[in-house]
Amino acid sequence: MFNRLIVFLFFLVSAQVYAVDTHQLPNPEQQKTYESIISELRCLVCQNQTIADSNAELAADLRRQVYDMLMQGKSKDEIHQFMTERYGDFVLYNPPFKAKTGFLWLGPVLFLVIGLIMIIWFIRRKKQATVAVVDKDKQEKVRRLLASDNEDRS
Amino acid sequence: MFKYIIPLVLFIVLAVFLALGLKLKPNEIPSPLLNKPAPVFSAPKLNDSNVKLSPTDLKGKVWMLNVWASWCVSCREEHPVLNQFAQQKVVTLIGLNYKDDPVAAKNWLSTLGNPYNDSVMDADGRIGIDWGVYGVPETFVIDKQGIVRYKHTGPVTEDDVNTKFLRLIDKLQAES
Repeated sequence: MFNRLIVFLFFLVSAQVYAVDTHQLPNPEQQKTYESIISELRCLVCQNQTIADSNAELAADLRRQVYDMLMQGKSKDEIHQFMTERYGDFVLYNPPFKAKTGFLWLGPVLFLVIGLIMIIWFIRRKKQATVAVVDKDKQEKVRRLLASDNEDRS
Repeated sequence: MFKYIIPLVLFIVLAVFLALGLKLKPNEIPSPLLNKPAPVFSAPKLNDSNVKLSPTDLKGKVWMLNVWASWCVSCREEHPVLNQFAQQKVVTLIGLNYKDDPVAAKNWLSTLGNPYNDSVMDADGRIGIDWGVYGVPETFVIDKQGIVRYKHTGPVTEDDVNTKFLRLIDKLQAES
């Protein structure tokens, strides 16, 4: 039990140790821009992390680059352009809508539409199937049975 | 009959996507630098940091930029291939020593051999950022006009030299 507690505490500490160090900008508005930019850029070494999350050296270099450019008074768009010129659209977590990224943006809508069509198709088929079995006489019988059932209950 | 076709089609579609997924190389990000002018730098040489080298000095030549570091494990794997390739003297090979300690870098070249016509230092990795370097080793081929024509990520193998680099360099040398 005691050992488990030690191991557990160990994990708590390690989370602190691996916290990523980021830059501090002079005014809060710039700081906000800085944070929003670094949380939208992909770390290219550890591809499923943003450069804000990653401890990789390249991520640290790119954070420094963003910091330097903001200090030089560059805008968010200029920084995005700087990054895509060097690393391609892949560096953006929010890629622009282009012929090449079209499927990425429209794919989910396409699958939604396919799903809806399939649902409608299945429902229709089910309906047709049930209607086909029940003819007029039988329907009448069912109606009477249900009515008597209701009377029994009340 | 129809009942069986739907799962079969779904299975085939899924299988095709998975098979394609196996062939993808997510580590190889296409470089937006291809067919664009090589990014400019003026970097200190490894053997004499007072002397600088810039891509403009190499205009009119077909050259290769190999990004490497002494701390990089795959570079060690690549190094003998580069040594052998350099002996053929078909192209000017420039080494970009990326985020490295100059002493360690010089040691590396003196013990493992120096395939480079010249080596420059990128101590803080800024040149690397300009070239879109995200992992060493990376190798670029630049034509006589100073246009980046090819990028190779990861260690260059003997096979890469024979199937990709030599052919491309031959072609580029023939261009004006």
